[in-house]
Amino acid sequence: MSATYAAAHSFNKVMEILDRFERSETKIIPILQAVQEEYRYLPQEVMTFIATSLGVSPARLYGVATFYSHFSLEPKGKHIIKMCDGTACHVRGSSAVIDAIRKRLNLTAKKITTDDMMYTFETVSCLGACGLAPVLVVDDAIHGQVTPEQALDAIEKIEAEERENA
Amino acid sequence: MPDLNKIRESYNAARELCKKRVVVCAGTGCIANGSLQVFESLKNAVALRGLEITVSLKSDDTSAHKAHDVYMIGSGCQGFCQVGPLVTIEPAGILYGHVKPEDIEEIVEKSIINDDLIERLLYHDPVSGKAYKGNAEIPFYTRQSRTGLKECGHVDPENISEYIAHGGYFSAEAAYTRYSSQDLCKLYKESGLRGRGGGGFSTGLKWEFALKEDNEKKYVVCNGDEGDPGAFMDRSILEGNPHSVIEGMMIAARAIGADEGYVYVRMEYPLACTRIRKAIQVAEDCGILGDDIFGSGKKFRINVMEGAGAFVCGEETALLSSIEGKRGMPNPKPPFPAQKGLFGKPTVINNVETLALVPVVMQQGVDKFRSLGTPKSPGTKTFALTGHVANTGLIEVPFGTTIREIVFEIGGGVLDKDGKINNDAFKAVQIGGPSGGCLTREHLDIPLDFDSLGAIGAMVGSGGMVVMNDSTCMVETARYFMTFTQHESCGKCVPCREGTRQMLEMLEDVVNGDGTEETLELLQEAGEAVKITSLCGLGKSAPNPVLSTLRYFRDEYEAHVKAKYCPTRACKALTPISIDPQTCRGCTLCKRVCPVGAISGEVKQAHVIDPLVCIKCGACVSTCKFKAIS
Repeated sequence: MSATYAAAHSFNKVMEILDRFERSETKIIPILQAVQEEYRYLPQEVMTFIATSLGVSPARLYGVATFYSHFSLEPKGKHIIKMCDGTACHVRGSSAVIDAIRKRLNLTAKKITTDDMMYTFETVSCLGACGLAPVLVVDDAIHGQVTPEQALDAIEKIEAEERENA
Repeated sequence: MPDLNKIRESYNAARELCKKRVVVCAGTGCIANGSLQVFESLKNAVALRGLEITVSLKSDDTSAHKAHDVYMIGSGCQGFCQVGPLVTIEPAGILYGHVKPEDIEEIVEKSIINDDLIERLLYHDPVSGKAYKGNAEIPFYTRQSRTGLKECGHVDPENISEYIAHGGYFSAEAAYTRYSSQDLCKLYKESGLRGRGGGGFSTGLKWEFALKEDNEKKYVVCNGDEGDPGAFMDRSILEGNPHSVIEGMMIAARAIGADEGYVYVRMEYPLACTRIRKAIQVAEDCGILGDDIFGSGKKFRINVMEGAGAFVCGEETALLSSIEGKRGMPNPKPPFPAQKGLFGKPTVINNVETLALVPVVMQQGVDKFRSLGTPKSPGTKTFALTGHVANTGLIEVPFGTTIREIVFEIGGGVLDKDGKINNDAFKAVQIGGPSGGCLTREHLDIPLDFDSLGAIGAMVGSGGMVVMNDSTCMVETARYFMTFTQHESCGKCVPCREGTRQMLEMLEDVVNGDGTEETLELLQEAGEAVKITSLCGLGKSAPNPVLSTLRYFRDEYEAHVKAKYCPTRACKALTPISIDPQTCRGCTLCKRVCPVGAISGEVKQAHVIDPLVCIKCGACVSTCKFKAIS
């Protein structure tokens, strides 16, 4: 799937991004961030293309991409749900919310994206909104002091919207 | 060249023509609670009444200033996230919390057009129920000494004129026009300012090391990779007062002779990234940053780099690797970054909070700065107070303040497992995040500073302070922190990579009931080895939560391994088997099958299991005909 996806974009976007960062090896991280913003993940073809353009080995690029948790080599779901499991959220009961969401979406700590590519559920270490613990982020909207019930409601809301748009 | 005095006077003149100033908190916490909608509704409601409103007071407008009825700004985080969205009305000094769009009409009518209070929106003390009018009275604020955070939540982070009007950039101007590099290093050494990011190293001394290096190119790096879960002061400063960080970097650059700077912000803080980028742009547009700073002929420019989600990048050498576009792995020291840092050039790395305090030190002067805090740890420190405490939020207190004052007075007391204030439920405070340790009831009166905490196996660290009540299992908490550090270990050095994994597995054994007394001995031994032999700060401090809980909550660990029992019932695998007294008919069958005699009770009365004797063989569960045992 990714081959056709990247081909459809014919690397124009990637070229633009590379130019914006002066094809500099020291800008690998901002380049990958911009590419991921565009494709929502780092497709293999694009990675090889960037490595060749920057004159570095693909291994060097993969080394960076796999080191940082922000980068994903796998496509992510349409809706991204993040649960904060930082200290403050943890002591205020984030585990129960995490369990409830995983059960609802049939996901585990290892399998984070649903088969229909609709949802990706990740835990993050701290969003810095500890005053509102526990914190859930649904498609960039922050929900504070969530209970498992509220988290499931948020998913139901997305489901309802999806049904409406279908 | 910008004339700071003129900007200040012009801004103040414009400000005087505004009758009311309304501040809506636009920090991450309040935005999550809907403060942007509150801001818009308030703006519309004021405009609908035909009142003159402005949302950006310009100072460069030299023509006659226009009179405004209302001057509205969105501020950075005010630290009291829990009661957000917060709305402050000046000059009356009214603070409203939990404001919703439907409250707006009433606020405009009563408190903006008139000066009346709306009782229900005021902050009420959770114990006494007493209502407080505003910041000047609320104990959460009055017991603090806001210095670095002073302007956060008061100024518009996107308005440089307001920052200047409050005395901003005057210290930078002095540094570039009236001080030599040597004088600056000397001043900051005398001030006793120590790094707020965790290490507590003298800022002036660090600068002096970099100054001594003879090199044409030097860098100043601002470490905003605030990865410690439970700490958010750097986010707050970058969002609420980004110009203070820029000014701090300018002074640092002048002190060491650097012409380029980097701000490294974690990508989990999108708003902080946006605000600091904007602030840098504005400072450049005004001619404050640039090629000829305040006519000194010196140049300084700042780049922003977003992290990509690696906790270890908070370690300074790892952070530098990350800016260079590499895997963010630490390097052995020496050479220290001050000698050989970013791209091999001398580099000073200071944390956000430290840099925000740099202009304050110069503004206040050394004596005033040293008047707060302890002799060896002068000044104030921001802590992120969270967990089982009534008031959560950011607090800034002088070094030397005790945990008792912070938790019971500023924090308003401990919340028990039912969410009620009950100070007897206090169990521990975890300070310094995954690198820090636990403090118990016996430490409540120790004055907090860099040295006193180090002596009891904890650290100030980044200043995360998580209060835990008696329903928290300390073994589970230690396991939680170890999961975090194990996951974030970069894998470069063996002690951290393998040691944290071994420690995590042992902790998992303990919470799953598979641990023995030997596990505890090994855990202690492994922890000490990892602490001594790891390459960077991550590994060196990773065992702290385990070692400190082993030290202060040994009995809890022993209950897990000896009696296979979790006293707080937090560890699912060790939750004791119990008999539901409602369902139990008192048939005595379970009592008879129990191989260890853990069950007691009279015929036809509900039976009970002694968890300390029970070995969880499950014989009673399968014997019970009424499904009363689980």
